Amino acid sequence: MLAADDDILARAEDWRKAGKGVAIATVTETWGSAPRPVGSHLVIDDEGHFLGSVSGGCVEGEVVTEAMDVIADGKARTLEFGVQDETAWRAGLSCGGRIRVYVEKVV
Amino acid sequence: MRLELLSILNVERAARRACVLVTDIKSGEQRLVKGAEIAADPLAEQLDSALRMAKSATIEVAGRQVFLTVQVPPVRIVAIGAVHITQALAPMARLAGFDLTIIDPRTAFATPERFPDCALIAEWPQNVLPDFAPDRYTAIACFTHDPKIDDPALEAALSAECFYVGALGSRKTHGKRVERLKEKGFSELQIARIRAPIGLDIGAVSPQEIAVSVLSEIILALRKKPLRDSGAAA
Repeated sequence: MLAADDDILARAEDWRKAGKGVAIATVTETWGSAPRPVGSHLVIDDEGHFLGSVSGGCVEGEVVTEAMDVIADGKARTLEFGVQDETAWRAGLSCGGRIRVYVEKVV
Repeated sequence: MRLELLSILNVERAARRACVLVTDIKSGEQRLVKGAEIAADPLAEQLDSALRMAKSATIEVAGRQVFLTVQVPPVRIVAIGAVHITQALAPMARLAGFDLTIIDPRTAFATPERFPDCALIAEWPQNVLPDFAPDRYTAIACFTHDPKIDDPALEAALSAECFYVGALGSRKTHGKRVERLKEKGFSELQIARIRAPIGLDIGAVSPQEIAVSVLSEIILALRKKPLRDSGAAA
């Protein structure tokens, strides 16, 4: 977990220093069998590029969309997802889990 | 997050130093607490516990949700001696998520054939360890039984803040080792940090079983005892 997160936060810093708008999403709480542990990061730039993972794939799309709003208005927000729909099941992820994700802008 | 905090976070990680980012979820207020500053922090107890478990977590402080982003360097194990026990330890350490380096100057022992896919250094510990810079997230375990090889590594481990120092050998062998280290000027308190005979007492007989007992002892030292205290004992 930590080794993988290395590059992610370093990349967020690089992106911001290169003048891009950047948001960091962090898993702050999980219930049930959530696929990624608390503390996992996803970093997003203002063009929708992203790196890392908060769920193993099934909610990243929504987090990226929300992150674009966070970059635009600068307001941090907390998102909650149930990782239990059919799509998640098909992707082979654990069912029944829920995660809470904190999305903040790098300023 | 302020870019400045993100930069410090990245610098601390690159330097293999622990730190915790404290975020008030509601207000977005943030501060970064470096490992060395934790004892003096108002949240000392919670931060210390989060650090020891190496787990980020949401906690409640005076009715407010606070998120702790915990950053702890990967734990390294240095095994001195490319011996039978180390051959068993290598895959076990890898499975348990530790970063293992094996050091043994005897080129007949330290061969890639005996240690496939391992970080293996056929050098004297005293030549390698200064660059390796053992720290409080490093465990050093000596297995050669040969004072020429084990002692320099033990001296380096005791001079650093390694959370675990272990040495193979009977009580008698260890008694002689203690005398040698005393002559080198190490205090009794420092020498007492060496776990000898090495490994948890699970009645291990085979090299594989001894590897289990050593790995267990390393995990115990890492998780059950505050790293800060092992540092303070140095």
